Amino acid sequence: MLAYIIRRVAQSVLVLLVTGFVAFSMFSFVGDPIDNMLGQERTQADVERLRTQLGLDQPFPVQYYKFLEQAVQGNFGLSYRQGRPVSEILVERLPATLELAAVSGLLALAGGIGFGIFTAIRRRGPSASTIMTLSLIGVSLPTFLIGILLIYLFSVELGWLPSFGRGQVVDLGWWSTGFLTESGLKALILPAITLGLYQMTLIMRLVRTEMLEVLRMDYIRFARARGIREKSINFRHALKNTLVPVITITGLQLGSIIAFAIITETVFQWPGVGLLFINAIQFVDIPVMAAYLMMISVMFVGINLIVDMLYFAIDPRLRVDRTAGGH
Amino acid sequence: MTTPVLSVRDLVVEIPTRRGVLRPVDQVSYDIHAGEILGVVGESGAGKSMTGNAVIGLLDRPARIVSGEVLLSGEPVHALKGERLRKLRGKKMGMIFQDPLTSLNPLLTIGEQLTETILEHLDVTQSEARERAIAALDEVGIPAARQRIGSYPHEFSGGMRQRVVIALALCAEPDLVIADEPTTALDVSVQAQIVALLKRLCREKGVAVMLVTHDMGVIAEAADRVAVMYAGRLAELGPVREVITNARHPYTAGLMASTPVASQGHRRLRQIPGAMPRLDNLPSGCAFHPRCDRAEPRCREEPGPSLEACDGRAACWFPLTEKTEVSA
Ligand SMILES: Nc1ncnc2c1ncn2[C@@H]1O[C@H](COP(=O)(O)OP(=O)(O)OP(=O)(O)O)[C@@H](O)[C@H]1O
Ligand SMILES: [Mg+2]
Repeated sequence: MLAYIIRRVAQSVLVLLVTGFVAFSMFSFVGDPIDNMLGQERTQADVERLRTQLGLDQPFPVQYYKFLEQAVQGNFGLSYRQGRPVSEILVERLPATLELAAVSGLLALAGGIGFGIFTAIRRRGPSASTIMTLSLIGVSLPTFLIGILLIYLFSVELGWLPSFGRGQVVDLGWWSTGFLTESGLKALILPAITLGLYQMTLIMRLVRTEMLEVLRMDYIRFARARGIREKSINFRHALKNTLVPVITITGLQLGSIIAFAIITETVFQWPGVGLLFINAIQFVDIPVMAAYLMMISVMFVGINLIVDMLYFAIDPRLRVDRTAGGH
Repeated sequence: MTTPVLSVRDLVVEIPTRRGVLRPVDQVSYDIHAGEILGVVGESGAGKSMTGNAVIGLLDRPARIVSGEVLLSGEPVHALKGERLRKLRGKKMGMIFQDPLTSLNPLLTIGEQLTETILEHLDVTQSEARERAIAALDEVGIPAARQRIGSYPHEFSGGMRQRVVIALALCAEPDLVIADEPTTALDVSVQAQIVALLKRLCREKGVAVMLVTHDMGVIAEAADRVAVMYAGRLAELGPVREVITNARHPYTAGLMASTPVASQGHRRLRQIPGAMPRLDNLPSGCAFHPRCDRAEPRCREEPGPSLEACDGRAACWFPLTEKTEVSA
């Protein structure tokens, strides 16, 4: 098992090196930041000075090496637009995104697994078919449209919930949270639903399909033939087997929540890293874009790694270090 | 005579389909007594599994019992549903499936699966259940049962897994066990062991066993009586020696002639010409008549008679006569 973990970590590092290269390449191939930073009235001397200051005058491999060296330390240089260290800006913006993603993820997971089990067990019931039909809408409507519809209904028409921003946040020094104020919590509701809905329906459909598959297995039939009660069959025998394949997809889905947050954050003007990234694109703020890219890939790779470890925890067949004493 | 553990009376199972109603089980009647093994044989699709599933109440929709009775120690169970049926399963009747690889939940230890079943049906504490689980494993011949109880199914070989399955089916001490091809998925080398185990448990515990199989060798080895099924109906029913050496129904005779064990060595194996008809395309009269070399016009017109027509043995208008001597 240790060998497996080492191999997976090595793969992860490789993936990160590749994304690092892509992120870095943007510096050389996408636009010229100097143009954006200095307006029309600039002198050649200004341009040269800035180039040296940003290290843009050095050869490509040197720049890449320096980039990696700095990136590992969490240092992505100065934002072209704000002139502040990128890491500082990211740390400032990250809590907003993480809180939003956490709430959406929880919503998607709880709702997805719950509804998935329900629709699988009550396969022929009217409420299950209603949920299945509604879920089709959830899958087919684009995220931004759901956001706009929610804003229209709950902010414009009913006036219950705010349509943009994060409400009042409490600064804990290293973290700013919206969980502690009423306006912060209220502001969280609509974006969280918008961001989580798609994942929720996806997880729900996946859980349902897997569960129906598992319920057809011989061991479920055998458990029935032994008089095990339905509750135990559904939640002890079937659910655990359902979750094994669901974990991978779900893990990746949760990863993509952070990535998808870009759209939701734009619709709701949520001050997170997604919105930061969108603004960075408009201004060709390469360091911010690169840092964002790296951050997202670290998260994806990390989640992947955790998902693989979870496999071991849940499925005894993969724990190969337990010696099988078969006859 | 004592009440049989299982008594099936004129059981009819139907499956409504778009092209009409199929009858995979048609007017089947038989008894199994305590400590007795009834072998059930017949070609694939004859309705063997369907009969077993109907008895234990595990028919898959849309199949359902439309008439007849299933009596468990004299109590009718064919009409039971939900909780009352569930309480009987495992406790009064158990089932063993074909494939031990898929019969056990891969994510639960065998101990967990055993104790769960025991706690469900018997009034014992957790630790007593554990002891019983160990005893059950011991009984089916799992070596070092106490150490193996925490193992997962994948840590056992196929033969050992089928032993675990048998322990599971028997752990709440049912009176009846339905074993649906319990050896088909196993290595030839362990098949005999599993059959011997079933036979021993049946005798020791006085369990009634319905043993479904394709293997006439298994029947000859383990069964006391044998039921031969053809296209949903019982063709022949009788003591195993009698049926093997002295078949009365032409189908049984054909079946025996086509299997090495029963035809006793030297004679060439003969295949019955043709194939069993599909349920949605049954011939008129006796379903076997198109393949039967003894068929008369009556066989084409009237369905086969009840078993009583031939000493309660065979459902045939023109049964083979009793041989006085077994030909060598
Ligand atoms: N859902 C269904 N729809 C139509 N026909 C069905 C359905 N389920 C089973 N059958 C038919 O019922 C008949 C009886 O099947 P059963 O499984 O009892 O056969 P079997 O004797 O156990 O055969 P095998 O030796 O292959 O296990 C078969 O002819 C099968 O085609
Ligand atoms: Mg079968």
